[in-house]
Amino acid sequence: MAERAFSATRLPGFAMIAVAVFLVLYLPIFTLVIFSFNDANSVAIWGGFSLRWYQIAWANDAVKEAAVRSLIIATSAALIATTVATMAALGTTRRAAFKGQTLIYVIINQPLMVPEIVTAVALLIFFGFIKVTTGYQGLGYLIAAHSAFCVPFAYLPIRARLEGMDLSLETAAADLYATPWQTFRKVTLPILLPGIIAGAMLAFVISLDDVVITEFVKSGGQDTLPTYMLGQIRRAVTPDVNAISTALLVLTVLLLTAFFLLTRRRD
Amino acid sequence: MPSNENRQRAASARTGWALSAPALLLLGFAASGPLLIVLVYSFLTPGDYGNVVWKFSLDGWRGILFTRDIFDGTLHLADANLTIFWRSVKLSLLTTAITFAVGFPTAWFIATRPAKSRALWLFLITIPFWTNLLIRTVAINEVIRNEGIINTLLIWTGLITEPLRIIYTDTAVLIGMAYVYLPLMVLPLFAAIDRFDMKLLEAGYDLYASRWQVLRRVILPIVKPGIVAGSILVFVPSLGAYVTPRVLGGGKNMMIGNFIELQFGAGRNWPLGAALSMTLLIIVTVALLFYVRAANRGSPHG
Repeated sequence: MAERAFSATRLPGFAMIAVAVFLVLYLPIFTLVIFSFNDANSVAIWGGFSLRWYQIAWANDAVKEAAVRSLIIATSAALIATTVATMAALGTTRRAAFKGQTLIYVIINQPLMVPEIVTAVALLIFFGFIKVTTGYQGLGYLIAAHSAFCVPFAYLPIRARLEGMDLSLETAAADLYATPWQTFRKVTLPILLPGIIAGAMLAFVISLDDVVITEFVKSGGQDTLPTYMLGQIRRAVTPDVNAISTALLVLTVLLLTAFFLLTRRRD
Repeated sequence: MPSNENRQRAASARTGWALSAPALLLLGFAASGPLLIVLVYSFLTPGDYGNVVWKFSLDGWRGILFTRDIFDGTLHLADANLTIFWRSVKLSLLTTAITFAVGFPTAWFIATRPAKSRALWLFLITIPFWTNLLIRTVAINEVIRNEGIINTLLIWTGLITEPLRIIYTDTAVLIGMAYVYLPLMVLPLFAAIDRFDMKLLEAGYDLYASRWQVLRRVILPIVKPGIVAGSILVFVPSLGAYVTPRVLGGGKNMMIGNFIELQFGAGRNWPLGAALSMTLLIIVTVALLFYVRAANRGSPHG
């Protein structure tokens, strides 16, 4: 019997722990997905396949409204964040380092560093003040808050794409008497587009997932899917929460897979 | 007279600022700017029905550690607050330790896979990283609840008759945080191990080092920046955690994040909530400065 060849990179037990980690990481999520199709009222005992929790969730007006609100906010936030992030990425790459550039980086990436609960409290105070002063109670606050914390997620992939870009194409366009705007529209933007789409998708996912900031900024009756779920869990966990989670999960995984396919081409 | 080149540089800097301006305005309005208001509020007096009265006071900051006796006005250490801080720090450190203990072998495993399957393993770690933290907390909740999978299975097999009470304990919060923050440990560890030159291992073994000696004397010192990065990336969000302790800890097992929320809700002490937020922000900033230093040391130029 051949003994296993000595491998310098093998450390005893590591592979076993790693496989266990992957199992532990995915089993709860799979269980949640499977039990969303459960016919019984339990989230632990299987009673046959059914779509009834999806029907129950969809028949619930509160869920439907929260779903629509989540999509409106995520779409608006992704559009706004991606637009300003694209401009900022163009402003901070491919030019000589200038004074204050580090400050711009710090401010743009600030939402990644400050604990969410602190930002949430800050916005509760600040937007509360504006709400009282102006009387406006609409979705604008949530859209502004979401747009802001989505900026770094949109900025980073766009910047990565820009830094990997060949300058000579733009120089060539300028040599052929293209105006700076024409060069941007016809040369830079098309090359940059995968980065922009990737950034927009990350921003969308991040906005769709947010709980803490939304919970503090929303006015009465402005639940998004995650804050609706948070409110539900407090009472009792029912399988319709599994159904909503599964729907959100599927959307996220689809967008992430598309994101990885879009950004992989660079390597 | 400024040279042509200088003028071009100045113009380029102006364009840079102009293009960044919309992003900076947005973040100033709905992220960075309001933090200053929190700082101001931490020095004001609480209003009777929440919010603040515009009168300077240090009570918010004092209230972090002390309570004032309602009869004689003397200051005492606030035991309830200290319990919450201790729980937050303890659970965050334990979360960091657990995620490192299981995350290091996982990162090592991924980094030593053949190039083709490595991308897939990495993707499998990244998916939970990007999926909703609330959903992952709900998933864990359904595993450890009294009527959850673990208890249902154990009762069904007859090993126990009463459900194990895990939910709404510190252990539940710890399990939940280790589960949701694990990818934040694995990713930087992987990045560090991936750069590690595996020939050093052969050199170690050629010199008759045992596996344990190679791990301790060769691998760990070299991937240390990755360890520091992963630990801080886990510790920082753990300390500010809000959703996981709220869902798995119930009302009693609060962490700092929930304690802050309480001040803006039933506690009606906005200045204390503001001072607590600032304290959390300061701790996180210090931790991140360590991170930046460690990251710079890890780079080849450092």
